[in-house]
Amino acid sequence: MEVSKLPAYLAARLVKAAIVVLAIVICNFFLIHAAPGDPASIIAGQSGAADAKFLEQLRAQFGLDQPLYVQLWLYLKGVLTLDLGFSHRQQMPVSTLLWERLPATLLLTGSAFVFALVVGVSMGALAAKRVGTWWDSIITVLALVFYATPLFWVGLMLVLLFSVALEWLPSFGMASVGVELSGFQAALDVGRHLILPGLTLGLFYVAVYARLTRATMLEVADQDFVRTARAKGVPEGRIQRRHVLRNALLPIITFAGIQAGQVIGGSILVETVFAWPGIGRLAFDALLARDYQVLMGVFFCTSVMVVIFNLLTDLLYAIVDPRVEMAG
Amino acid sequence: MRIFWRNFSRNRGAVFGMVILVGVAMLALLAPVIFPGSPWDMVGAPFMPPGEMGLLLGSDSLGRDVAAGIAHGARVSLLVGAVSTAAALLIGVTLGAVAGYFGGIVDDLVMRFTEFFQTIPSFVLAILLVAIFTPTIGSIVFAIAIVSWPPVARVVRAEFLSLRSREFVQASEVLGKSRFSIVIGDILPNTLSPIVVLSSLMVASAILLESALSFLGLGDPNLMSWGFLIGSGRSVIRLAWWMSVFPGIAIFLTVLSLNLVGEGLSDALNPRLARNRGAKP
Repeated sequence: MEVSKLPAYLAARLVKAAIVVLAIVICNFFLIHAAPGDPASIIAGQSGAADAKFLEQLRAQFGLDQPLYVQLWLYLKGVLTLDLGFSHRQQMPVSTLLWERLPATLLLTGSAFVFALVVGVSMGALAAKRVGTWWDSIITVLALVFYATPLFWVGLMLVLLFSVALEWLPSFGMASVGVELSGFQAALDVGRHLILPGLTLGLFYVAVYARLTRATMLEVADQDFVRTARAKGVPEGRIQRRHVLRNALLPIITFAGIQAGQVIGGSILVETVFAWPGIGRLAFDALLARDYQVLMGVFFCTSVMVVIFNLLTDLLYAIVDPRVEMAG
Repeated sequence: MRIFWRNFSRNRGAVFGMVILVGVAMLALLAPVIFPGSPWDMVGAPFMPPGEMGLLLGSDSLGRDVAAGIAHGARVSLLVGAVSTAAALLIGVTLGAVAGYFGGIVDDLVMRFTEFFQTIPSFVLAILLVAIFTPTIGSIVFAIAIVSWPPVARVVRAEFLSLRSREFVQASEVLGKSRFSIVIGDILPNTLSPIVVLSSLMVASAILLESALSFLGLGDPNLMSWGFLIGSGRSVIRLAWWMSVFPGIAIFLTVLSLNLVGEGLSDALNPRLARNRGAKP
């Protein structure tokens, strides 16, 4: 695409992203009010953690004695200054809790995503190249199986196999407890802990990307420009890589953007199974304690992550495909 | 109808899926007969491995029968899958029909709304909804419906867009039929086949979603469910593998069979598409 149009395109996308974030905040606000019971006690958490004085303080903070639009304004102002409330149970601001947990979640989802993309696209490309062979059938069956298996159950089965039966890999946490490690050793330790949760989260998307790559590559392979390349005498391997795969990547990028929210949702389950100290585990603990401030913070934070990821895929798309429309 | 069955039964996977699905439905129906009494009752010593004390699939940490839990859980899974899909269809078809029929600014607004719901992390929203409205079977169905209608709206809108300018619709307009009866009587019946295919996949993902929610402890506390069984087996997996393995297999088989049936339905309802797929090089 023309570089001169890039800023305008980006600006349009940013505005759209901002609207989505705003809508999420409003959504959060109305959720508190839609819940049965007193909003103050819901914010405080229902399990009796709040005394009357704290409830009064919450009422004042959220302006619960004022009209709804004033309350909404107060809430918006808070969120936009990154004040996501205070977790009475953890005795910490929600935003601090989220910042602390964010790196672990990014590491987990990021590596699962890269794993899924690399393995999935290679498997799909292989299946498309050898369409109709046993390779192709295996990939089709695998895709079906991973589509139908609950993520958390895959995690538990991997724990049974690799931690309980074979004792190869740790099944719990992000680092070994009680050992002082530094530098490379520490990274290696985290890496060993990352394998099972990363695999669990990634396997499902391996199936998804393999299927998608296979289908689009077969579609692209039928097109005229591939036939032209072949007629010109371009070597077969080069045709597959430069002509077919490159064009098949576009729908994969689109799809990756759509899937971002699912990956993050899945990480809640995976982090619960493996006690991975990320945002998902934070959500699970908040769930057990009925700590709604934290839960809403998690919803806000994960939504923002998805919006940012979508922005990145939009940008990538515009760079990869010169035909993409700049409008909207 | 006979052609439909012929096309459907040509797909071996779909027939296999149908057989499993009927089996699960029978299990759900007959659960009170095969396993009378509450699945929450203690029937033996805790942590009995499968086969001991007459317990086919073993017992859990409180001596409850895992097999009884799976049979009774089948009722909950199928019920939640079916009802929440019906609710999601109601939302999705209505919004999709409105967007596709009226077009213009209405279409724009509805589609922005749909996009918004597709952007936000749906599982996190479902968790939040169930947690805030306290876990009951009603709030679970509601949450699953809220996060799963967008694909329906998209499909129905696309169908309506292409159908609304067809001749038979124009004919009805000339005849002076009301908009409502055109939408319900003329256009909607023609969008049924993609809706049918989509809904079998939606039941599958609703069952997965319900199991994930109850795995996290957000199931209806009065109802036994597969996700709850796995969740309660999670912390004792080193001690009692059977507690989490068997309910997982039940979920896997049910969801797999629904996916296979969906593929079969798609082949049977769009025979042209199926033949094309088979003809791929």
